[in-house]
Amino acid sequence: MVIPDEWLVMNDDLTLPGATDTERGSSLWRDAWHRLRKNKMAVGGLFILILMCVLALLTPWIAPYSYEEQNLVLGAAGPSAQHWLGTDTLGRDLLTRLLYGGRISLAVGFIATSVALTIGVLYGTFAGYFGGRVDATMMRLVDILYALPFMIFIILLMVIFGRNILLLFLAIGAVEWLTMARIVRGQVQSLRQQEFIEAAISMGLSQWTIIRRHLIPNTLGPVIVYTTLTIPSVMLFEAFLSFLGLGIQPPQSSWGLLISYGVETMEEYPWLLIFPGLALSTTLFALNFLGDGLRDALDPRASKD
Amino acid sequence: MGKFVLHRLLQAIPVLLVVITATFFLVRSAPGGPFSAEKAVPPAVLKALEARYQLDQPVLNQYFSYLGDLAAGDLGPSFRFPGRSVNEMIYAGLPATAELGLYALLISMLLGTTAGVIAALKPNTAQDYIPMSTAMIGICLPSFLLGPLMMLVFGIWLEWVPISGWGNIPGDKILPALTLASGYTAYVARLSRGGMLEVMSQDYIRTARAKGLPEWIVVIKHGLRGGLIPVVAFAGPAFAGLLSGSFVVETIFQIPGLGRFYVQAAFNRDYTMIMGTTVFFAALIILFNLLSDILAVWLNPKLRQQTNGDSG
Repeated sequence: MVIPDEWLVMNDDLTLPGATDTERGSSLWRDAWHRLRKNKMAVGGLFILILMCVLALLTPWIAPYSYEEQNLVLGAAGPSAQHWLGTDTLGRDLLTRLLYGGRISLAVGFIATSVALTIGVLYGTFAGYFGGRVDATMMRLVDILYALPFMIFIILLMVIFGRNILLLFLAIGAVEWLTMARIVRGQVQSLRQQEFIEAAISMGLSQWTIIRRHLIPNTLGPVIVYTTLTIPSVMLFEAFLSFLGLGIQPPQSSWGLLISYGVETMEEYPWLLIFPGLALSTTLFALNFLGDGLRDALDPRASKD
Repeated sequence: MGKFVLHRLLQAIPVLLVVITATFFLVRSAPGGPFSAEKAVPPAVLKALEARYQLDQPVLNQYFSYLGDLAAGDLGPSFRFPGRSVNEMIYAGLPATAELGLYALLISMLLGTTAGVIAALKPNTAQDYIPMSTAMIGICLPSFLLGPLMMLVFGIWLEWVPISGWGNIPGDKILPALTLASGYTAYVARLSRGGMLEVMSQDYIRTARAKGLPEWIVVIKHGLRGGLIPVVAFAGPAFAGLLSGSFVVETIFQIPGLGRFYVQAAFNRDYTMIMGTTVFFAALIILFNLLSDILAVWLNPKLRQQTNGDSG
């Protein structure tokens, strides 16, 4: 008799162990959501983040001017009714440039983080699941990589292979997966000893199915928290590289690049520094508060008392 | 303890070797070849490079001769500036960078632990929220934003402090040091708050209080030692961060330090300079990680026992 996979999953895929014996309607995720909703800073962060993402997605339709449009006669002008955030030295609308820059900054944040997420989760699950010598070897490699000065390596990469945005995604993602792998491995190790995994094994499920259906979904809590905190650090790194002129290259633009332009002319046209800075730091604030809030909401220790 | 130090030291060597190897082959794999003549390099430099890397020989031979030179402490010639070597650049830039880093480290440790400890003494009150929200600002305002903003406000608008240079005008070191310190102060504050919260709920703190010790002695003598372990463990990685932070701060404030030289070399595609400084930075970072690991074990009796039991 073939038993459908679904039978082996208690409550639902997303329930963490430990919450399996609680009644329906107060799953860990629902509890977490309730706790998160009470945290005003985290909800504010979530709201700002959603707003930023929507703006970034809709940029080509809502941007007041075209990205290239110059107005040399106007030059750099402060905020006005026509140009809400003012214009840069070439008379380009700053709001438009901020919107397009935000697309790149957010894209780097999300894409590089998903690279890190994919590698880290798979690697950590694999090491935690097989344990023993496989685990020891795999985590040893992580330890060695941890000790490498990656920041300098990425700069080296950007210098040697040109400032390629795809390479930037990959390079940053390849650095950030290490912590993710450690977190996931710890989770999987403790899950591995739970009865429902034993049940799944005795049902004759393949290892891949067990990993995919039972282990990975159960590591989601800490993974989500860490992902939320990885995005801002990735965005910060991109901005750092772009500021130094080693990241995003014109005509493309990112908040980091706009800040570095702003610095050059900040004495005469301070708004060119202030608005891009505001955009970047607001997003970083939002992500950090959301991440902290999620951690408090999902922390099993906090949920006990 | 001795065994642990030795073990860690032996671990650091392969890591350093990986860094050197990766750097060498990355630079060698640059499209078009990093040392190709099309880039209009002065003939003297090219000649030095040929001798240095034995460019007519197989790559492996070049690699081993590079390793040999490194072992002898020779980081190579500059690719862009004839007659200058990477070693000279490092000698020229290191003092300013080290001084700047030291100030930033001192500021962040003093200010950060004070704020963190104060916050941890009364968690979830205003005494906790105010320093911790300020710390969040330090984390979310990166140095390349905070630096120029402080320059604009305190240097240009208020004219309180000079905005660039290093050691020329009195006070010109204030803004760079504060800028570099801001992010670390924030991290240290968060770490020491977490560490102190955990320590202050331990039994031995209760014992100390039960003995009737004044609260400030309990906090300073018994609490701090345990509570600051996360801060010490962070000092190693923080050093790596201070170094990359110096890239930005030195560029913004025009400080003739290693960080600025490195960014300029990266900009000029001065391959040998980048290669040399990368290896130098990597060695420094590995060394500081090692030191902070050892210090953390030395401070924490629990870890010390573990390291005596096995070599891990």
